[in-house]
Amino acid sequence: MGDLKTIPMDWYILLCSILFCIGVMGVLFRRNAIIIFMSIELMLNAVNLLLVAFSAYHNDAKGQVFVFFTMAVAAAEIAVGLAILVVVYRNTKSTDIDVLNRLKG
Amino acid sequence: MTVYLFLILGFFAIMSALMVVFAKNPIHSILYLVLTFFAIAGEYVLLNAQFLAIVNIIVYAGAIMVLFLFVVMLLNLNKETEPHKSMLRKLIAVVAAGLLMVVLVGSLKGADAMSIKPTGQNTGYIENLGNVLFKDFLLPFEVSAILFLAAMVGAVMLGKKDIK
Repeated sequence: MGDLKTIPMDWYILLCSILFCIGVMGVLFRRNAIIIFMSIELMLNAVNLLLVAFSAYHNDAKGQVFVFFTMAVAAAEIAVGLAILVVVYRNTKSTDIDVLNRLKG
Repeated sequence: MTVYLFLILGFFAIMSALMVVFAKNPIHSILYLVLTFFAIAGEYVLLNAQFLAIVNIIVYAGAIMVLFLFVVMLLNLNKETEPHKSMLRKLIAVVAAGLLMVVLVGSLKGADAMSIKPTGQNTGYIENLGNVLFKDFLLPFEVSAILFLAAMVGAVMLGKKDIK
C-alpha cells in the first residue's frame, strides 16, 4: 500500500481549493443549467476529497463515512434536480438559466 | 513515486475540470467530468481509501453521469445552442472565482495543517468503514434510505406528463 507520509497535507488543501473554485466559476460562467449542475458535482467532489484526506491523515474513519453520506445525498439531489430540469425544458423549450427569471413573483 | 502519482492525477483532475466549464458541447462536458471523477478516484486510492474509490466510480461515473447523458440526449441538447453571456459577466465570474481561491488558500494556510502527521494506514478498508457505519452511524444510514425513497417519489412525480 502506498505510504501517506510523502505527500504534505497542504497539497491536498491546495488541490481541493482549486477544484472547488473551478466549480464556483462554472456556476457563475455558464448559462446552461445542466453544466451548472455538473459544476455543483465538481464542488461536492472537491469537498469529498478533502474530507477523505483529513480522515486518512487523522486515522479516523468517520470522515470517510461522511463522504459516503455525501455521495448518497448528491445522488438523490441530482435525480430530483434533473427531473425539475426536464419539467422546465418541457415548459420553456430551453435550459437557459436566465429563462427562469419568470419564476419571480 | 506516490508524489508523482499525486501530481499527475491532480493535474488531470484540474485540467478536465477546466474543460468541463469551458467545453462548448454539453456531451463533451459530461465526458470530461467522468475523467475528473476517475482522477479523484485515483487520489482516493493514494489515500488508502479503496472502498470510496470504488464507490466513487460506481456512483458518480456510473450512475450520475449516465443520468446526465440520458437527460442531455433526451432533451436533444447535444449541440452548441447556448447563447453567449456578455464578456463582462464572464470576466466577473473568473475574477470572483479567483478571489475566492485566494481567500480559501490564504485562510487555510494559517490552519497549520503541516503539523498533521499521518498515523494510520488502514482507515479506508471496508472492514473498518463497515464497523463505523453500522455501529456509530446506523440511524443516519437508515434515514438516508428514507431520503432515497423521497427522492425517487419526487423524481417520478415531476417526470409524469400531467398530474391528474
